[in-house]
Amino acid sequence: MTASKSLGRLVAVIPAFDESEVIGKVVDEIRAFDASVDIVVIDDASTDDTAEIAESHGAIVLRLPHNVGIGGAVQTGFKFALAENYDTAVRLDGDGQHDASELEKLLAPLERGEADLVIGSRFVDPGGTYRPPLARRIGIRVFARLVSLLGGQRVTDTTSGFLALDRIGIELFAAEYPHDYPEVEATLVALRSGLRLAQVQVRMRERETGSSSITFVRSLYYVAKVTLALLVASLRRYPRLETARR
Amino acid sequence: MTPLRISIVGVVASALLILIVLELIRGRRLKERYALLWLATGAVLLVLSAWREALNTIAGWLGVTGYPPAVLFAVATLFILLVLLHYSTVLSKLTDENVELAQRIALLEERVSRALRASNTTKL
Ligand SMILES: Nc1nc2c(ncn2[C@@H]2O[C@H](COP(=O)(O)OP(=O)(O)O)[C@@H](O)[C@H]2O)c(=O)[nH]1
Ligand SMILES: [Mg+2]
Repeated sequence: MTASKSLGRLVAVIPAFDESEVIGKVVDEIRAFDASVDIVVIDDASTDDTAEIAESHGAIVLRLPHNVGIGGAVQTGFKFALAENYDTAVRLDGDGQHDASELEKLLAPLERGEADLVIGSRFVDPGGTYRPPLARRIGIRVFARLVSLLGGQRVTDTTSGFLALDRIGIELFAAEYPHDYPEVEATLVALRSGLRLAQVQVRMRERETGSSSITFVRSLYYVAKVTLALLVASLRRYPRLETARR
Repeated sequence: MTPLRISIVGVVASALLILIVLELIRGRRLKERYALLWLATGAVLLVLSAWREALNTIAGWLGVTGYPPAVLFAVATLFILLVLLHYSTVLSKLTDENVELAQRIALLEERVSRALRASNTTKL
């Protein structure tokens, strides 16, 4: 890939909790996409050997001493990116659902200097093939509408978690990132902080092993928590980040 | 009028609350910061139990006509809600600090092992 020049130093941030079966493959796929990317796996106190496997595949592993949840884990990665002066960060799930070969598309708007945050959306293109279960599809739609309304820009997918950030985005999320079920609220925070958002259609895979951490009871908590967080976030003031950059 | 027995029980109970809280502070098992609301609870209940006319007057203001001690329960409930709410804010702060600590440990550990690897390779 030729992108890495204008994107500067690139880091991939991967949260993982008990993903020993797939984490090695996830790391390898990113490496195959671009060998110069530094890959950081944040092991959220897994009970299996996720950390060791990630390390043996050449990833930098950040080991959380106890489980802090997906948002807290991802934020650790952004803090790492900030401290180590990376210019660009991408975030992928540790379960292999985010396809590393889609990274090129995700990075393109950053490379052109058009965006600070690029979300890999499953629904930009209505003909997309990803079909989550009905209840989830409704949830995804409702949150997309709500964030669009409160953030003043049409957002098609707020739950994907597949994203790319420039330096300003890294700074924002290192400082401010929700600790559990973070994606939806983080999107709104980014919009309200003045980040330029781009969305690109990406393919997303079905889960290969294990099961989603989001069960029925948790999904009720998910909806309640995220809705409350969105409403409150829209009442808060966020410092507008400078949008004339580089 | 409040039955005398209720007043006595109220005085004893709230005095006991105050004494227990003070003893906990003395033994360093309770921080002053978290004791203040409990002491305020005890003090208010003590005053309302001992000063029977005041309780009656307040009951009158609130439109509690039949049974003035109901005001005691109401005030006690209100203070317990305040204490619980206070604890929820404390808990939230601790949670945030806890996550922050965990994150720093993870970041520091990685830096330390990287530094150790680097110094090992230069030594060899
Ligand atoms: N850090 C952290 N990551 C988690 C936790 N639970 C799940 N994950 C990760 O979050 C990502 C998405 O989780 P998943 O259960 O697949 O959610 P879904 O894709 O929305 O169904 C994966 O990379 C998981 O490894 C957790 O407790 N902590
Ligand atoms: Mg998943």
